[in-house]
Amino acid sequence: MRKVLIVGATSAIVNATARCFASEGDRLFLVARNSERLEQVADDLRARGAADVHCHVMDANDFAAHAAMIDAAREAMGGLDTVLIGHGTLSDQQACQQSVERTFAEFNTNCLSYLSLLTLLGNHFEQQKHGVIAVISSVAGLRGRQSNYVYGAAKAAVIAFTQGLRNRLAKHGVAVVDVRPGFVDTPMTAHFDKGLLWAKPKQVGARIHKAMVRGEDIVYAPFFWRWIMLIIRLIPEAVFKRLSL
Amino acid sequence: MAGNLTQYRSWGGYPRAQHVAVARPAWRDQLAAIVAESGPWLPFGNGRSYGDVCLNDGGKLIDMRGLDRFIAFDDEQGIVHCEAGTLLAEILALAVPRGWFVQVTPGTRFVTVGGAIANDVHGKNHHRVGSFGCHVRALTLLRSDGTLLHCSREENSDWFAATIGGLGLTGTIVSAELQLRRITSPLIRQQSIRMYNLREFFELSAESERDYEYTVSWIDCLAQGANMGRGWFFRGNHATGTRGPTHGQGTQLKFPIESPVSLVNHWSLRAFNALYYRKQWADRATTTVHYQPFFYPLDGILNWNRMYGKRGFLQYQCVVPPDCAYEATSEMLKRIANAGEGSFLVVLKVFGDKPSPGMLSFPRPGATLALDFPYRGTSTLALLNSLDEIVFEAGGALYPAKDARMSGAHFRASFPQWERFKTYIDPAHSSSLWRRVMQGEAS
Repeated sequence: MRKVLIVGATSAIVNATARCFASEGDRLFLVARNSERLEQVADDLRARGAADVHCHVMDANDFAAHAAMIDAAREAMGGLDTVLIGHGTLSDQQACQQSVERTFAEFNTNCLSYLSLLTLLGNHFEQQKHGVIAVISSVAGLRGRQSNYVYGAAKAAVIAFTQGLRNRLAKHGVAVVDVRPGFVDTPMTAHFDKGLLWAKPKQVGARIHKAMVRGEDIVYAPFFWRWIMLIIRLIPEAVFKRLSL
Repeated sequence: MAGNLTQYRSWGGYPRAQHVAVARPAWRDQLAAIVAESGPWLPFGNGRSYGDVCLNDGGKLIDMRGLDRFIAFDDEQGIVHCEAGTLLAEILALAVPRGWFVQVTPGTRFVTVGGAIANDVHGKNHHRVGSFGCHVRALTLLRSDGTLLHCSREENSDWFAATIGGLGLTGTIVSAELQLRRITSPLIRQQSIRMYNLREFFELSAESERDYEYTVSWIDCLAQGANMGRGWFFRGNHATGTRGPTHGQGTQLKFPIESPVSLVNHWSLRAFNALYYRKQWADRATTTVHYQPFFYPLDGILNWNRMYGKRGFLQYQCVVPPDCAYEATSEMLKRIANAGEGSFLVVLKVFGDKPSPGMLSFPRPGATLALDFPYRGTSTLALLNSLDEIVFEAGGALYPAKDARMSGAHFRASFPQWERFKTYIDPAHSSSLWRRVMQGEAS
């Protein structure tokens, strides 16, 4: 039975992944901001078969609360061997361009809170010498585009940080999984028109669960984003800067 | 808020509707703010009803699929409490390994709980257990004024009766509590019996009621004369042993694209019916099958409705009272065979006399016949109108969940509680079907 810490448990993709752990009878420790919604998620995961489910209300931007949250998770579950970090906000690029505060706020949520959690958890897992840490980054972190570069830059930092952490922890038997979802039809993206490239959270969640169980390194979800992003990264900058992406 | 408006169709693809907005709540607490905005609104489940009962042309939809959480699952009592957008498939995936099964299931497991309640659906065991609504213990209903009503047989029982079979019009069903039934195996012990004519169907139905929980039959709708009503009678019970297939529909096929023209035509229909009637040599065969192919043969092919092409199809399901069931059914089959219309799947079943709990529930004692017709324009509509004559002459009814064309007069005659029901309609809710069947009625 896994002892799984889930940060951002009310997000659609994370929730879909949590359902996979629940149906395998794992022990779950859920973290999110909204206590009422967190309880609804917990009820669902209990019904789906989770061995037990603990709720912890925390704003990921409250960095000072991170260490106590991790201690609480270890205490409640009698250990900790699996982590999924997947909270986030889809930044309003236009608004960020007009406001330094807003840009930094997006960085707090989508980048610095990840780095804080990964620093604390990295040390724990390094000593423990087993387990899986997974983060949800984004294909947006692979190349800056005018429509979404504040979010993309935050995720780019998460990607590089995760890569370094994986390099550090590999020799200690700890897997660090970087999940890069493409377009996913969630409440966060409700205002977009959906085309063929859009995936459902259930599908992406199942892929993340599989990657975590296997301890994979870098995962694109769905898979075809690996090839789309390869092409996007191969476009010479002289051309790329003229595109309206 | 927006989403793709064009993806919201009914299963039959006829008629099409233009919706001005679709709300996609992910949390129960978001519903009140949605229905407080100007409507008219209609909750939309998984789009498995056929005609226009799930459409709201010129109005707005609430896509309920985001509300798919379990609230509680009581392993001891077999009670599941879940949000209205949960699919029966999701309940079965959880319940079957724990030894529970839904009391009533329609022919697809891809319906939401809210949709199953709003249409008070029925299954192959109607003669034993009644309709879906008979096993709803309680539901919560959100009215557009923000009131949340807890409804059951004891509490707000009038709202309970209005909402079961209430076509999504009494407000938004937020969650429901369902009673499940015990099973000891995911398997079904099934018997298929060849029927040589319609008379045999009624004999087999009467003979099977006592010993078989599930009964249904397939009819060759092209057979005429002495062969009229020939087909297969299927009856089954939940198996008690565990010997048999362990998996249901493992890999699902998907109908990839919408066919430009209907693949169901006179020739394909004739070939299919002739072959299916001769699917096995023996007149009787008993087999043990997984519950999925037994209850959901069509769920093995996702989007099978695409084979009817972009003009879509009409499903016709009626019920005729017991005293004239044979005459009315044989007259309908005669007209269908003469027209050479109809489809692969023609289903005939006898309903039991357990009262349905909803004011507008469709199931009632008698024989129910269901079949699809590829939509070919006026010739299709003319045939269905001529079937209507038989149904309403006999004092029968058509199933709103499958209907796209019955007249308001017929609706009002066959759902006599409609006037009482009307007082329970939420002022911010409406649907294409409701506006259609209220035409010609001074409001």
